Amino acid sequence: MTDEEDLITVSNLTMAYGGRVIQREINFSIARGDVFIIMGGSGCGKSTLLRHMIGLAIPASGEILIEGKNFFSAGDEEQKAMRRNWGITYQSGGLFSDLTLGENVAVPLQQYTAFTDGEIRDLVDYKLALVGLYGYQAYYPGEISGGMQKRAALARAIALDPAILFFDEPSAGLDPLSSRRLDELIVEISASIGGTVVIVTHELASIFSIATNAVFLDAESHTQLDVGSPRHLVENSRHAVVRQFLSRGNAMPVAIGGERNP
Amino acid sequence: MNPLSSKATFEIKHHGTNPCLLLEGNWRDSRERPTVEAMESALDGALNRGVPRVSIVLQDDVVWDARLMAMLIRLHRYCRDRNSELDLNATPDAMQRLFRLATAVDNPPSRPPKPPGFLARLGEGLSHIADDVGRFLAFIGELAVAILRFVTGRSQTRIRDLFYFIDLGGPKAVGIVSLISVLVGMILAYLGSVQLRQFGAEVYVANLVGLGMVREMGPLMTAVIMAGRTGAAYAAQLGTMQSNDEVDAVTTLGLSPMEYLVVPRVLALILVMPPLVILSNSIGLGGGALVAAGMDVNFVQFINQAQDAVSLGDVTTGLVKAVVFATLIAIAGCQAGLQSGRTSAAVGDATTRAVVHAVVYLVVADAVLNILYDKLEI
Repeated sequence: MTDEEDLITVSNLTMAYGGRVIQREINFSIARGDVFIIMGGSGCGKSTLLRHMIGLAIPASGEILIEGKNFFSAGDEEQKAMRRNWGITYQSGGLFSDLTLGENVAVPLQQYTAFTDGEIRDLVDYKLALVGLYGYQAYYPGEISGGMQKRAALARAIALDPAILFFDEPSAGLDPLSSRRLDELIVEISASIGGTVVIVTHELASIFSIATNAVFLDAESHTQLDVGSPRHLVENSRHAVVRQFLSRGNAMPVAIGGERNP
Repeated sequence: MNPLSSKATFEIKHHGTNPCLLLEGNWRDSRERPTVEAMESALDGALNRGVPRVSIVLQDDVVWDARLMAMLIRLHRYCRDRNSELDLNATPDAMQRLFRLATAVDNPPSRPPKPPGFLARLGEGLSHIADDVGRFLAFIGELAVAILRFVTGRSQTRIRDLFYFIDLGGPKAVGIVSLISVLVGMILAYLGSVQLRQFGAEVYVANLVGLGMVREMGPLMTAVIMAGRTGAAYAAQLGTMQSNDEVDAVTTLGLSPMEYLVVPRVLALILVMPPLVILSNSIGLGGGALVAAGMDVNFVQFINQAQDAVSLGDVTTGLVKAVVFATLIAIAGCQAGLQSGRTSAAVGDATTRAVVHAVVYLVVADAVLNILYDKLEI
């Protein structure tokens, strides 16, 4: 495989929830090494798209290929192998509250590797050190701050050096400074382990500072409006809504009810 | 040599005064990998001499993964504690970046406190019991005030909520209460029939089932079902609201959690319990009649006999129990929910506590009421 080859391809995806279409005709691809952002206003289906990509929700139609494989037509073993290659953090962290941080990070290592207890202990120390939490092994998620929980979730997500990292609103609830540090950490770590990153966010600061590419989902037309680099889209998108979103609504007056001009 | 099967090895070389740790082979897939301890002891001599720096050098075809990084981080701390430092300037870029990240924040926090010993926990447990009793009494006091305000029309309780909880606790519980009651009625009848048949007094099975259901089993079994069903639901609802900050929002909006959240739940359960108990009594008698029919006591005989045996006073004692039980179950549920912690595990604990407390309260209250009835000769 070359570096240029697409790692993830989403084609003609329609997502529905109980018969209600959330988004249709989603088409984009993510190249290896990309920091790809799924952006859009609240309630447009960003997190739902991510849930489809990580196999937690089944597409109504269309398909998502990851490394050329469709998760939903794969067998159990193949699904497991695909999941091993993914690191995921959830909106509210998703840390197991009854396990210590060390035990949380050890879960994927115990699940997927045959490493010895000593090796796992060293790896847990190292992964926590990577996110600046060395020494917090024995703490429970409830005993540390929200920002630290996000970083601990990141440590668990990178436990297996995954090829793809998925983040759902990684900086939700963090102050701008912590949020920026987390963004930098995500990019630095994924670049070091050679990973590809998919992030759901509506934080403009994150979008401009780390994204190489992005897709914009629109809540009103229930489809994607544009794909491309945010720096390019902010000036050159064919859609006023996208330009407006990326310039934080400053560029033009906001029409209440949404401006629909293409 | 095939790089995938090549062994992972290291050796110490010396460039001038500073030692250099040369890593070779496949550190990712090789089964035999040197340990950190081996590296540490190989470096001990140099470190004891007080070398300021240990360089890491990777041979070109070295294959490495996170485990090697983890080893290097440990080695870094080992060297640092001996006033030396690990130098990764000659390693691949990715390795240097990971190393920088992992060593950027290197001041571990103080360890979390050790869990207390047996005696400390025993003492804590005993003092918790005293606290629990205090909190229970305080809760009852606040609830009484809140209900008084409701009755006098000065409460923030929403009538709509009251109807919602009546629907939740009453009509939707009819199925399970009926099923359990018919079975309990049958069990009572079987239990009595075995004894009564010895005296040819089968018809008195109606007395047994009638009095047993109306005075004891009807209220108690309904209460046990409601404790598991409604009391647990109350605790889970309020516990989840607690973890979503909804209870805080109620307070800061100037509403009283007691009036807004607890009163409708408690009143709803108090209102639905007596009808459910009457239902349970009737269906229990039906179950008893079925078994009695198998012993040649026909339905009319059974009902006549039961009518003679059960007085209105008996029914009333049962209904008084129903009201007391309902209050206790609702209090146990609401109190556990409102005092729940904010994690998912805490909500589970609150639900468990609600059911356990409710059942204990029920049995204690039942015993107290029975003694009271006996003394008053009701």
